[in-house]
Amino acid sequence: MEILRELFRDYRFAVGFIFLVVLAILAFLSFFSPYDPVRWLQVPRDLAPSREHILGTNSKGQDVFWEATFAIRNSLIVALIAGFLSRVVAVLVGFLAGYKGGLADRVLMGVADGLLVIPLFLILVMVAMLLRDAMTIVNTGLLLAFFGWAWDARTIRSQILSLREREFTQTSILSGNGTMSLVTKEYLPFTIPLIFSTLISNIAWAIGMEIVLAILGLVRLEIPTLGTMLQWAISYQAMLLGYWWWILTPIVLTIVLLVALYWLSVSVSEYLDPRMRIQRIGVRET
Amino acid sequence: MRFVRDYLIPRLIQYVLVIFFGITAVFLIPRLTGQDPVLEVIAQIQTQGASLDPVAVKSLMESLRELYGLKGTLGEQYLTMWKRIFSLDFGPSLFQFPAPVSMLLRIYLPWTIGLFATSTILAWILGNILGGVAGYFSQKRWSKVLDAVIMLIRPIPHYIFGVILLILFAYLWAIFPAGGLMLGRKAVFNLRFVMTVLRYSFLPALTLVILGGAAWFQQMKLLVQNIKREDFVQYASAGGVKERILISRYVMRNAMLPQVTQLALVLGQVFSGVLMVEMVFSYPGMGLLLYRGVTRGDYNLVMGITVLSIFTITTAVLVLDLLYPLLDPRIRHR
Repeated sequence: MEILRELFRDYRFAVGFIFLVVLAILAFLSFFSPYDPVRWLQVPRDLAPSREHILGTNSKGQDVFWEATFAIRNSLIVALIAGFLSRVVAVLVGFLAGYKGGLADRVLMGVADGLLVIPLFLILVMVAMLLRDAMTIVNTGLLLAFFGWAWDARTIRSQILSLREREFTQTSILSGNGTMSLVTKEYLPFTIPLIFSTLISNIAWAIGMEIVLAILGLVRLEIPTLGTMLQWAISYQAMLLGYWWWILTPIVLTIVLLVALYWLSVSVSEYLDPRMRIQRIGVRET
Repeated sequence: MRFVRDYLIPRLIQYVLVIFFGITAVFLIPRLTGQDPVLEVIAQIQTQGASLDPVAVKSLMESLRELYGLKGTLGEQYLTMWKRIFSLDFGPSLFQFPAPVSMLLRIYLPWTIGLFATSTILAWILGNILGGVAGYFSQKRWSKVLDAVIMLIRPIPHYIFGVILLILFAYLWAIFPAGGLMLGRKAVFNLRFVMTVLRYSFLPALTLVILGGAAWFQQMKLLVQNIKREDFVQYASAGGVKERILISRYVMRNAMLPQVTQLALVLGQVFSGVLMVEMVFSYPGMGLLLYRGVTRGDYNLVMGITVLSIFTITTAVLVLDLLYPLLDPRIRHR
């Protein structure tokens, strides 16, 4: 509780947390939607926001508000699959490369560097192009997870490298601890904050990537996500026709979601970084 | 000579290896998906309403296999691909048949490189200068306000930020065109041409400079806040070095170096951002070409764009790495 109170003192954490809760509630509301998210022409088309349809309706004859609840849910599912799975890979690769060193390190980091230097986005597009019909939300998440680990594996590895040089590693080895217990009991707690902050930035990356894939028409467009919502709005010229409620809804939701995630991650990593904490206390005193 | 042996040659080997593995990945990944691009194209043609008799389908499939380099065993296909890459032959484009992909790339690539280079350099310089100054005066009010604004912009993805600027400055307050700069007319380099290009490139470049600059700003600010506390800065400050010189020569110069390394690391991501922004503004570069290629199932074109982008990025990173020793005296004399 003390930790939470301390965190909430940072306006970024408070705002980010509240926004995320609101978005989570919206995503949860999708289970009570009166409309089928996939079917067209369920309500009159192109209505401006009114009491009946709080965010208006779109040119497909769908209620924008209820579409949006599905979009948030699906986008979050894509991003969470991508984020958590790629975390597993990033942690394994980072720990292995950092702790073993030598050949394993060089090979793994070679692969990671290769993935970083080539514009990954294009490779993603190529694969998605071939898998187009299979790009459901789960598969989109898997694809993003497959390509989203390289940068973070690198970050985690450098943390492990520095931990390996510290004294407690030797102490632990000399007191007869096995590699597994050393890694899970000694290193993991140290790297949890880092893993958490890479998780959040990876989730943000996945949400942004999903949007671009949707714009390119490379995911199943009938499934509402933040990306496909925007795609439909753009391809129906919502901008030109002035249906601002339709095009702005996915844009505003995406920004709120990403800003909330970002602020949360910055706030938490600052809280966990002792140097920043000292600085913060210093600031408060002056 | 030691520079050549210890730095240049290993770096060149790495360059060749990255290209080799990158392109091998481009070759392998689509084949791992188990999908046949030829069948995709046939399906595409059929959904567009053309009815083909079985014999025509068969001959079409044959010629498409040939075109896509899908003939023979995997090994043969692999060799064919390299042969084609070295002769810059990516086959004909399907959406602008029979224009060869290499010709399309030659027309569109300079536009992308122009936007990429200008916006990346501008973002780097502006972000670092602002970030450096804001980091040095991190307790001042304006520095905190700037920091808060950047915190708000930073997490927005390229595509979304582009759309926002497009809505604001091309629809609501229409001072800039919403894209549609045409290529193909002969480029005459007079004032009018330059003005047109600037008008059409302004919003894409602005998107990239703001988003890129925000990232550099934050990193530079953090670096400078740390360097500011180091002994040599405190000492120089106590010794009466003027603040302006202290900031530029003592603090910023030291923080610049890791930023150059960082630039080399993120260049691939920056390039992806450029492609996305080009799509938003229909800017006539590789991003727009990619969009058209993808929406029309033009596999040759997408492959050509990917291969060329790998070459562009790895070469840009190589150039940056080779320039680095000129900036950092510690590496030169190693």
